[in-house]
Amino acid sequence: MSTESARPPHLRATALALVLVGGFCGTAARDLVQNAFPHSASGVPWATFGINLAGAFVLGVLLEGLARSGEDDGRRRRIRLLAGTGFCGAFTTYSALATDTVQLWEVGHRTTAGIAYAAGTVLAGLVCTWLGLMVASRTARGGAR
Amino acid sequence: MILVLTFLAGALGAVARFVADAELRRRVLPDGPWATVLINVSGSLVLGGLAAWAHRSASGESALAILGTGFCGGYTTFSTASYETMRLIEQRRYTVAVLSGAGGLVLAVAASLLGWAAIAAS
Repeated sequence: MSTESARPPHLRATALALVLVGGFCGTAARDLVQNAFPHSASGVPWATFGINLAGAFVLGVLLEGLARSGEDDGRRRRIRLLAGTGFCGAFTTYSALATDTVQLWEVGHRTTAGIAYAAGTVLAGLVCTWLGLMVASRTARGGAR
Repeated sequence: MILVLTFLAGALGAVARFVADAELRRRVLPDGPWATVLINVSGSLVLGGLAAWAHRSASGESALAILGTGFCGGYTTFSTASYETMRLIEQRRYTVAVLSGAGGLVLAVAASLLGWAAIAAS
């Protein structure tokens, strides 16, 4: 572990590569799901809604699980960068959440639906994150027994 | 071809977020959810403009796919924003949680609307 921290440039290149690969896969997965469940500009984007909630849940499980298993270094740090920062980060999207809300207003003329979609995603996302943290902490406690 | 470019742009967006987040935390915003909020707001501004461009002309379609779905999608993130708000709630820092959670959403939608209006009006 100490040898790795003594080599920041190497670590840095590894970190960037892990985020790059995770980000590629996360974007591909998001695009696949969105294309499988397309929506019109005036319709609620349920695919993006599901993607953001699923990603929030998985990131909660991942980060809590990693934190409970030890320090953020070595293999745990690599998993966090690849699956967390890279995959979950790119799989979920905030810009589409904001812009689909604007589309519901500007193209669909559905102001209330836009507000409900945006606020509903953020609130349901918090519930999913919380569920993820719960699942990881219960699993960790069960494993420790 | 557009599909591969979209995925690659998403990968670069994720790296841009990773670097921007680290630099923002190192220089100006060491604590809390504000680096993520700033990233999400800036990405929403760009995607709003791209969406307006694609809505107006067919030439914007590929740009929306590669730069919008790809780069902006990979650059901005919902899961981290949600995680950071949840941690603030756990720490009972309710004011910051509401300010960054609700405020981050309002700012991102406002930024996207600004980007949309700027391109739609031009």
